[in-house]
Amino acid sequence: MNELVGKPVDRVDGRLKVTGTANYSAEYYPKNVAYGVIVESTIAKGRIKNIDITTAGKAPGVINIMTYKNSMNLHFPQSSDPGGGKYAEKDLLPLQNDRIFYGGQAIAVVIAETFEQAEQAAMLVTADYEKDKPVFDLEKNVEKAYKPVAGLGGSQIQMTRGNTEAALQNASVKLEETYTTPVYHHNAMEPHATTAEWNGDQLMIYDATQSVMGSKNLMAAMLGVEPEKVRLVALFIGGGFGSKGFSWPNTVLTAMAAKLVNRPVKLVLKRQQMFTNAGRRTQTIQKISLGTDNTGKLNAIKHATTSESSFVDEFVEPAGVATAMLYSCANADINHSLVRLNKGTPCPTRAPGEAPGTYAIEAAMDELAYKLNMDPIQLRLVNYNEKDEQKNQQFSSKNLKECYQRGADAIGWAQRNPKPGSIREGNYLVGYGMATATYPANRSASTAKAVLFPDGHAEILCGTQDIGTGTYTIMTQVAADALGLPIEKVKVKLGDSSYPKGANSGGSQVSASVGPAIRAAALGAKSKLVKMAIADAGSPLHGQKEETIIADNGQLHLINQPDKGETYSAILNRHGLDKIEVLATTNVSTRQQQEANPAAKTGAEAQAAQESKSNPAVQEDEHTDRKPYSFHSFGAQFVKLRVDAQLGTVHIDKIVSVMDVGKVMNLKTAKNQIMGGAIFGIGMALMEETAYDPNDGRVVTRDLAQYLVPVHADMPEFDIQFIDKPDTIISPIGARGIGEIGITGITAAIVNAIYHATGKRVRNLPVTPDKLL
Amino acid sequence: MDDLQNQDEKSSGRGSTRREFLTQITVAGAGLSFAPLIVNTETKVPGSQLSVIQPVNVTMVVNGTKQTLTVDSRVTLLDALRDKLMMPGTKKGCDHGQCGACTVLVNGRRINSCLTFAAMCEGDEITTIEGLAHGDGLHPMQAAFVKHDAFQCGYCTPGQICSAVGLVKEGHAKTDTEIRELMSGNICRCGAYQNILEAIKEVQAVKLI
Repeated sequence: MNELVGKPVDRVDGRLKVTGTANYSAEYYPKNVAYGVIVESTIAKGRIKNIDITTAGKAPGVINIMTYKNSMNLHFPQSSDPGGGKYAEKDLLPLQNDRIFYGGQAIAVVIAETFEQAEQAAMLVTADYEKDKPVFDLEKNVEKAYKPVAGLGGSQIQMTRGNTEAALQNASVKLEETYTTPVYHHNAMEPHATTAEWNGDQLMIYDATQSVMGSKNLMAAMLGVEPEKVRLVALFIGGGFGSKGFSWPNTVLTAMAAKLVNRPVKLVLKRQQMFTNAGRRTQTIQKISLGTDNTGKLNAIKHATTSESSFVDEFVEPAGVATAMLYSCANADINHSLVRLNKGTPCPTRAPGEAPGTYAIEAAMDELAYKLNMDPIQLRLVNYNEKDEQKNQQFSSKNLKECYQRGADAIGWAQRNPKPGSIREGNYLVGYGMATATYPANRSASTAKAVLFPDGHAEILCGTQDIGTGTYTIMTQVAADALGLPIEKVKVKLGDSSYPKGANSGGSQVSASVGPAIRAAALGAKSKLVKMAIADAGSPLHGQKEETIIADNGQLHLINQPDKGETYSAILNRHGLDKIEVLATTNVSTRQQQEANPAAKTGAEAQAAQESKSNPAVQEDEHTDRKPYSFHSFGAQFVKLRVDAQLGTVHIDKIVSVMDVGKVMNLKTAKNQIMGGAIFGIGMALMEETAYDPNDGRVVTRDLAQYLVPVHADMPEFDIQFIDKPDTIISPIGARGIGEIGITGITAAIVNAIYHATGKRVRNLPVTPDKLL
Repeated sequence: MDDLQNQDEKSSGRGSTRREFLTQITVAGAGLSFAPLIVNTETKVPGSQLSVIQPVNVTMVVNGTKQTLTVDSRVTLLDALRDKLMMPGTKKGCDHGQCGACTVLVNGRRINSCLTFAAMCEGDEITTIEGLAHGDGLHPMQAAFVKHDAFQCGYCTPGQICSAVGLVKEGHAKTDTEIRELMSGNICRCGAYQNILEAIKEVQAVKLI
């Protein structure tokens, strides 16, 4: 049988996307739909004295204007599911009172017959404020920092081992430097969009979200309705990168507005509003201290991060967590501090923690290598570890040395002159840089349903979603292999909260979480079919042993006698069945905390749990002993670039990324993911930066002309390679997830290459031309 | 609502004439129906200094079908396509001409439909992403985008494809550097740029369009 997993098959939703027939959340047209536009506060702190909607209310087409005075009361969410509130709640209770905590906070929603009318009326809403002095500059307020207890989902963020201070004092070679990263904004191409329609007490929401289940539960909790009465659909999502992992005020405001006007409402954030009302990556100040002996062996690592949170919530960018396990070192001190600012709450952005964190630690390692007069790869090899020394666990699988070797060969590392500023080509200074990439391999519980139909096709249903990563495609490959069906006979349905609960699209976890559940459900369905054939006197397979029967191309037959068998259709038709359904839950989590409420299983969840008890694929998966292991992906990033000696502009010629991410499910989509991560890293390193007005703390760079992201002309040549060794411990499908690792390390590799080219060490991102002149 | 889930099946496999597309939407949104194509607009803004707003009649040919609309003069071509003709294949990414997601071909030339008022399009021939394919057969650029995996989330894709079709027809992008430069008005945040380049080069090389 020809396995589909691993093959570079075309995306199954490719045709829809290239013909414009994939529908995103603003692209539904309920009858009588009205348009909502958010009005934002023009101050960063204070309270609304008076909000005047008189003129706006009389503007043509206006149906109603929702402010804190006439909006419904929301309920405080208690869920701790990712995307389900708890750490993102207070931002989400918009229009509940007159208080302003950040610039751009929603103060009204204008609802009108057309978008143009709503836009115009929104400009006519005015507010008088009682202004307070906002606190918005991280660097000027570091003395207000406090140490948060835990990170997202209760994760550990304050970690020590050994005695780092003493080890630093005794170190032969020491490096202490501070690295900073600015505020970044995700800027997915699809603005956050919601279409909401009430039908009595039932609510239908189309929402751009990375978690249909989390968003559904959150909406139910906030609106005070039973979760069963809310259905949330996101068949296609125009990118997320973390910003759609949290729900932001726009989603609940749309539902509130629809209730207020008793009509369906569509509300899409303007690009400008995505800079204030849809999360961001926090600014970071990272102090790195490294101490080694004369051979470069690390004996002390300290990584102290100060970042921002808001006055309405707490979010920690865990920049140091990767440092805790990246190198062999007896003494380590990883800590994180937060300063509350009058800005919206930051949130995960592609590789939260690891992206800015690997920039700092990997730039510091480069500096240390030059200080020791060592090759940067050699320094990393001297400190290579085979186990996670912070957790005292071995890695489930680690092939980082091979990544270094292949990357070095592909970029021509050995042939370069290592001396900074030594390679010149005309006006350009040429530099090579490298860094280590890493991201944890996450997995959480997921449920999937497999359905076989008499016409020989199958459907898979799972309440996860494809945010553009290729989930539809690789899950079709997984299911087709498990069911013994050709790819065109399998239809994977995602993005609907009415399906069994799947993982949220965060933490690079979907492949490793949802894949095993889909595989188990599919294998369960196939097994059901085999048992039916064996027990059926009318089947050519009657009385045979299950293990002697294989499935291939929609048929069951004996392994040794391919002509002895029958089609799935024949079996279903003979039994007069219109379908065979199997539910499977793989309740495996690599996180520190299990689900908040594992006991409360009802309906389909309870049925899935029951069916899973007799599903061998689930049982084998759940009984794998994962306790001794730490799960991480690794990689090596190599960069060759040119710096214009006169202008200070940087052009990257080539990026080589060699990734050890377990089994590669689809080479085509996988390469695209890693490239996309690297391109996000180019933005971080060279151009992206959100600027705030130093007088009032409001965002200045509020569009794509002022907030620069990489475009076609910025592109280098890419060489993306994979080790492609399955990690059989994390899951039977062997994949560790690749959505985020691509952005890690790349920023440091670029900055390190700039140093090699110019001899200038820039420690404040982004490296804009002015910093190189 | 179960029919909603069939939307991609029902709409796959064809490059949608408008009639087919509208049919698909009806199927897709069981229980939903069309918003009025023409919305009554008023001409006065009480209590404000804003200028008077006029409804405008405009006739254009969209993907080969003549469309006559009465629109608010402020309606962009982008919003006319998405919200009045209910052809959401053309995407709104920034509404300021900064991202290229809304690129369509007007009389064969690529433009940002968010920077173009519908009222300016009298007599124009508009080609959107929904109008590129013929029946079951994808346009060569669409096929090349699928083959080279020239997208991830797909949101910038209609604009990238329309822009790429326009670029090839313009005929002056010969090298990788030139293609990259002349495609730089179309942002892909997922970062499929390399694959978009490969797709364009393939279509150019075999002179398919």
